[in-house]
Amino acid sequence: MGSLIEIKDNPAQEGFLWTRVDELVNWGRKNSLWPMPLGLSCCGIELMAMIGPKFDLARFGAEAARFSPRQADLLVVAGTLTWKMAEACRTIYDQMPDPKWVIAMGVCSSSGGMYDSYSVVQGVDSILPVDVYVPGCPPRPDAVIDAILKLQKKIERERPVELLLQGANTDEGIGTRRFDRAPNRGVPTTRSHEFLPPGQVSDR
Amino acid sequence: MTSTQERVQAALDGLQASISSARDGMPTITVPADKVREAVQRLKERAGFETNTLVTAVDHYPAEPRYELCWQFLSVSMNDRVRLHARIGGDQPAIASIIDLFPGAAYSERECFDMFGIVFTGHAGLKRLLMPEEYDHFPLRKDFPHHGIEPDRLYREWDRKRRERPSNTAFQQEQQEEGAR
Ligand code: SF4
Repeated sequence: MGSLIEIKDNPAQEGFLWTRVDELVNWGRKNSLWPMPLGLSCCGIELMAMIGPKFDLARFGAEAARFSPRQADLLVVAGTLTWKMAEACRTIYDQMPDPKWVIAMGVCSSSGGMYDSYSVVQGVDSILPVDVYVPGCPPRPDAVIDAILKLQKKIERERPVELLLQGANTDEGIGTRRFDRAPNRGVPTTRSHEFLPPGQVSDR
Repeated sequence: MTSTQERVQAALDGLQASISSARDGMPTITVPADKVREAVQRLKERAGFETNTLVTAVDHYPAEPRYELCWQFLSVSMNDRVRLHARIGGDQPAIASIIDLFPGAAYSERECFDMFGIVFTGHAGLKRLLMPEEYDHFPLRKDFPHHGIEPDRLYREWDRKRRERPSNTAFQQEQQEEGAR
């Protein structure tokens, strides 16, 4: 790598630091995550505990919880996502500027959990790309902090410059190369023709 | 002092009401479906039950008549409660609304409509309470599968509109790429 200015014998003494742009950008991104807490039910309480002084998320640079998606880059879906709320959740995700990451906190948002039911989204990955899943009902705040550390490791491996040069210059493409179309799986598939015939009562 | 049951019996005189005592000791009245409004009015005016605490239904599918409606009333002054039952059936179950007598029943009736599809005639604002308004099904009916019937339909419709919005450049680009291929 060349240098734009002439370097005398010992660069370190003159206040120079050599690094790769990728690493500098990733270092900045991973240590200043701004979470958007989407506390939908009981898990939201643990999320608050995590940001509070006892567990102190500020140690990992992610304590600046923003209640506007425009200012956040980490969506924490904490709780039971219903199909009625799914539109709002996806809108919040769309409104967050790129680069952005998603943590599915708790079994409800990871897989639907115990709500094996008509009103609950069976895993937020039906509607959003998820980076880290946190099991537990609810997960302890330490588990979510662990998820944030894992996410930081994941961010370290990203190649923002390469993606930029590839011209992934769409609304959702810059930086993390996220796609508009979320993987779709796990949507319950009962259709109208599977209605029970009269006289037969479901034993569920 | 007369017992609750005698008081209720006297109030509902001539309505083909059968009164029994439930296992929890609460007097339970069963009336024909077309006499419900009259019975509720008499309970309020003659027997002194001035509060409605519950409107709900039970689905006895596949028995006919299918739905058993249940109202509960409370008399604060006499510390009494009664339960009123009526059976209705058919594809379009309907029953008279009681919100002109008990305005507080409006929400319970909306919930009952939302979950069982029972139409309360005379209820002006009868629309869904919990499920989205465009939802087609009635989840607490016994023939409704517990996974639901296409639970994601409304979301998918919304999602398609969102993608096709002209401002969604990512989607437009994707479409063009797909077209070029
Ligand atoms: S995972 Fe458990 S604690 Fe979290 S929202 Fe679901 S039910 Fe509540």
